[in-house]
Amino acid sequence: MTRINLTVDGQRVADDIEPRMLLVQYLRERLGKTGTVVGCDTSSCGACTVHLDGASVKSCNVLAVQADGATVTTIEGLAAEDGTLHPVQEAFHECHGLQCGFCTPGMIMQAVDLLKQNPDPSEEAVRLGLEGNLCRCTGYHNIVRAVQRAAGEMSGASTGPTTGAGEVVS
Amino acid sequence: MTATQDAPVAEIGRDRRRKEDQRLITGRTRWTDNITLPGMLHLAMVRSPFPHARISGIDTTAAKASTNVVAVLTGADLGEGQGACINAWPVVEDQVTPAHVPMPSDRVTFAGEIVAVVVARTAAEARDAAELVEVDYEELPAALDLKDAAENKVLAHPDLGTNVSAVWRFDSAEAGTGGDVEEAIAKARDGGIVIEREYRQQRLIPAFMEPRSVVVDPTGEQITVWSATQIPHILRFAIAASTGVSESKIRVIAPDVGGGFGGKLQQTPEEMIAFAVARRLGKPVKYTETRSESLLSAHHGRDQWQRLTLAADKDGNVTGLKVDLLADLGSYVAIVGGGVPVLGAFMFNAIYKFPAYQFQTTNVLTNKTWTDAYRGAGRPEATYAVERLMDELAAEVGVDPLEIRERNWIKHEEFPFTTVAGLEYDSGNYEAATARAKEMFGYDALRAEQAERRERGDRVQLGLGVSTFTEMCGLAPSRVLGSLNYGAGGWEHAEVRMLPTGKVEVVTGASAHGQGHETAFSQIVADRLGVPFEDVEILHGDTQISHKGLDTYGSRSLVVGGEALVKAVDKVIEKAKPVAAHLLEASVDDLEFGGGRFTVKGTDQGMAVTEIATAVFAAHNLPDGVEASLDSEATYDPVNFNYPHGTHLCAVEVDTETGQVKMRKYAACDDIGQIINPLIVAGQVHGGLVQGIAQALWEEAVYDENGTLVSGSFVDYLLPTAADTISFDLDHTTSPCTTNSLGAKGVGEAGTIASTPAVVNAVVDAIRHLGVNDIQMPCTPERVWRAINGGAK
Amino acid sequence: MIPAAFEYVAPGSVDEALRALSEHGDEAKIIAGGQSLLPVLRMRLNAPEWVIDLGRIDSLRGIRDGGDHLAVGAMTTHHEVGNDAGIHEHALLVTKAIAELADAQVRHRGTFGGALAHADPAGDLGAPARALGATFVIQGPSGTREVGADDFFVDLFETAISEDEILTEIRIPKHTGWGAAYQKFVRIAHQWPIVAVAATVRMDGDTIAEARVGLTNMGATPLRATAVEEALAGQPATEDAVAAAAANAPEGTDPPSDLNGDADYRRHLATVLTRRAVLAAAGRNGIPAI
Repeated sequence: MTRINLTVDGQRVADDIEPRMLLVQYLRERLGKTGTVVGCDTSSCGACTVHLDGASVKSCNVLAVQADGATVTTIEGLAAEDGTLHPVQEAFHECHGLQCGFCTPGMIMQAVDLLKQNPDPSEEAVRLGLEGNLCRCTGYHNIVRAVQRAAGEMSGASTGPTTGAGEVVS
Repeated sequence: MTATQDAPVAEIGRDRRRKEDQRLITGRTRWTDNITLPGMLHLAMVRSPFPHARISGIDTTAAKASTNVVAVLTGADLGEGQGACINAWPVVEDQVTPAHVPMPSDRVTFAGEIVAVVVARTAAEARDAAELVEVDYEELPAALDLKDAAENKVLAHPDLGTNVSAVWRFDSAEAGTGGDVEEAIAKARDGGIVIEREYRQQRLIPAFMEPRSVVVDPTGEQITVWSATQIPHILRFAIAASTGVSESKIRVIAPDVGGGFGGKLQQTPEEMIAFAVARRLGKPVKYTETRSESLLSAHHGRDQWQRLTLAADKDGNVTGLKVDLLADLGSYVAIVGGGVPVLGAFMFNAIYKFPAYQFQTTNVLTNKTWTDAYRGAGRPEATYAVERLMDELAAEVGVDPLEIRERNWIKHEEFPFTTVAGLEYDSGNYEAATARAKEMFGYDALRAEQAERRERGDRVQLGLGVSTFTEMCGLAPSRVLGSLNYGAGGWEHAEVRMLPTGKVEVVTGASAHGQGHETAFSQIVADRLGVPFEDVEILHGDTQISHKGLDTYGSRSLVVGGEALVKAVDKVIEKAKPVAAHLLEASVDDLEFGGGRFTVKGTDQGMAVTEIATAVFAAHNLPDGVEASLDSEATYDPVNFNYPHGTHLCAVEVDTETGQVKMRKYAACDDIGQIINPLIVAGQVHGGLVQGIAQALWEEAVYDENGTLVSGSFVDYLLPTAADTISFDLDHTTSPCTTNSLGAKGVGEAGTIASTPAVVNAVVDAIRHLGVNDIQMPCTPERVWRAINGGAK
Repeated sequence: MIPAAFEYVAPGSVDEALRALSEHGDEAKIIAGGQSLLPVLRMRLNAPEWVIDLGRIDSLRGIRDGGDHLAVGAMTTHHEVGNDAGIHEHALLVTKAIAELADAQVRHRGTFGGALAHADPAGDLGAPARALGATFVIQGPSGTREVGADDFFVDLFETAISEDEILTEIRIPKHTGWGAAYQKFVRIAHQWPIVAVAATVRMDGDTIAEARVGLTNMGATPLRATAVEEALAGQPATEDAVAAAAANAPEGTDPPSDLNGDADYRRHLATVLTRRAVLAAAGRNGIPAI
């Protein structure tokens, strides 16, 4: 057993864990942060993406002991304390960027990181920036729209009408 | 009683944002694997590495001695108590159906089959101990190649004496729906055109994003099963029927379920083993598969060889089509596995007026993972074959692929139209959808660019692919299912409960796993009942709440489940009417209902249905003989399938040096009748398109000569990423379905069915001038490169 | 999905790490960023008794200007290297290759030294390291030694690093002003390269004065296409001249055959990609965007 201390979604936590425990298991099984999910065993799908000290990582590909002393943000810590959604969360809802929702936590966390690196990405940049996250439902079309819409929201630019079906559809 | 108010905005046709999203975007979702119960034990499976072997011994001593291991159980230990995985659709009376024990004790028949289960206090300890289980196998010859297996060269189940599970046949001359196909072919050989091809439908893996997971809690009087399934109702029936436990003692809950695409339309060995272990130990248990286990053992899809003969006159008017399939079932006949090719039988004639048609499928057992429904189930295979053939015919005649289709398709004024396969298409307008698709696509400009690139011998060639698909969905009229020997009906059930607060609680037998039922069904109820969208709550996926249902697959939920909802709402209104008359002191005949209110004709006197619900709850002042409830239920059995159609146009760029194919443009005009929620519909089409495109270009489940699944992880089973796909141009035409009151047609599978041939047609079109007329799917760069260079692979 | 149990130690210095390594020997595995090791442990393809984590050794991080070279600490992440202005200026080929390496999450976590020490022939850093003539600084119980890129890669997943040694630094000779391109051929974006070609060239007007070319996944180790390099020297950067030189790319290669392509197809790809990479590195247009 190894003792770890870290900050997860703003809360300080400490536990004795087996060194083999993955960060994603620690989040899910010890902290009950089941918003972060496991979609594969080859670090291909990105469903488990969280932020580790401010950068997106696949939490299935980090040992919990490696995160000792770090700050972790999961999908559950993304909205403001008063429940106001992060613009990326809001945009996924607005643009129908999710269906079954299983890839969504990882997809949103990666999109937030992507926009931090590149606040005004082209469609191609969005697509490349999400290459480590698999979605089987949406065909990515509306995910890309959502990230671009969030970029507009976060930069304060007008995003134009979004309620018309045509806008989202085509 | 209030004065008249503004009629609410029509909900049907409105692009409502989804009710489901809030929990999913904040991580407050209830996946099965999130469930933890007091004293819960964890399962790890020991799986066979061999495709076919006799189990000569299992030594569990070391595993049992491991820390925190509670039990290690083999097939012999569980015995008959484990029940069986059932086949619900024996396609012929004498179908050869191997008994499917969830955990066999004597012989394994595919690599990945479970031979022992370890039960421990943690999942990690269960896995550690599973590594210590020693199994002695005597390897047996394995039936791996589909064509060899069809000839019984090696038997997948030696005790059955054959690999052929069933031969199912349809002939339009025998059925009286058309002419004799052999005659048509003979005639075409003399002065007409005969196109003979053999196409491969490669084996695919549904690859839903949420791995399957099951929790079984046997404590108390009832056994509760949470499962990541599409079919909680069917699963409850199957568990009960195969174990002898009464249905009333089993509660199946499908909580939030992360995708299915047919892949979770199954009663799995893992569910049955978890059920058996929980009952035996009297403790809650959980099993969650890894992705590798999922790819290996969750059912696969497609896997057919299609031998096709198309006959036409010299102008390209088709005179007959003959289809001879080999379908790989894997080592067991899955719940509807044998029926998948049969569903395709009705779709090979597609949107065309073929005068003669013959279909035969030979369903073959092999020592591979079982196959069953995967998005489209039979219809993508058929659509691929016919849409590829129409392009070949166009090339032969020397006309544009759209022109050859127009020569053969059913004209819009000819609906309703009875096809050569015996189905009655109720509505459609292929001309309109095609015209709109061409316009969006910029068809003529792209053809000009293609010609220009060919002219100058560009390294990157442009190809245009066409797919004018239709499909049969809204499974299914029960009488039709009965005639096909299917083991159940095709109805759906719904219940509407009027709550005293004025809210409406709706129960559906459909079981969503990403489709957005909570939103779309709320819209239907809101519109029909005249209540606010926000006041409608949809309950589903729990057999205790939704006692009756046939679940979600086959693009059925809206068109069958939604229609059941309409019927239930109408019953509520009927039940409310006498109460309204009583309270308004008017005659029932003087009342009219609209916008959620009963009004007395010619007056401003009225009352909202929700107010009546409150009055009925209080029951202080009801007419004599009227029960104190407006709650109503309805079961709807569709009278026909429905037939969405559309024209899909795809442009690809082919790098002739490397064989790499890149998507350039994709435009689709679909006709799915009346649309309830355009936002959700577009999402279904987008996702469907990418799955179909992925079959054309990327995905394949590959076994090696040892029967090992080579593409056994997401490193080798290639799901596309955002960076591999493009944005789509979509629009729709509207030919309302005439056989349901919503006028709606299913849309869940349309994109997948349509896109695969559109893409492959585009790839072949790009390099046809280099002497290529086929590329086997997936069109890998290597295959394309070899085709260009004259050597197929 | 769950690795077999192991003991864990996170030394604070290279000396401590070397002591741990000598103590546990072949029962130990070093974890750097873990992006290649953890999948292997999760699938239980390997089950070391000890895992030695270099993540707490600050001296192994960062990029230093060494005059004629840039010294990259072995534990510097791909993200840091890929966004470093000095690397961009003096070793553009590395910047280009990292842009194509795995995905953003892996680049945040994976390390430059870890990926090179893992020596996957399909890894994206080996070919650039060979093309640029990197020097590998390896520390062991008896001190520090330097190994050239041509000697560092020994075989599949095998390098010149001994069991009791640690890779501490990678020195990349400055190639200031050299053009560079990394042509990676995949079927889908997050795939390991089927073949990739790393090319960097020094132009003298319209002439290729010098060229360095490395090949990814064309043999058991990353390869240097010396025959191509020799043929390019002094040639005009024209399509024909470069294509003629690129025809030498398969020389001395031994590519694998697998689901993504047979060896002969890979040899063909190497030729095409070499031509494209060299032309792109030379600043010539006309490279199909595929």
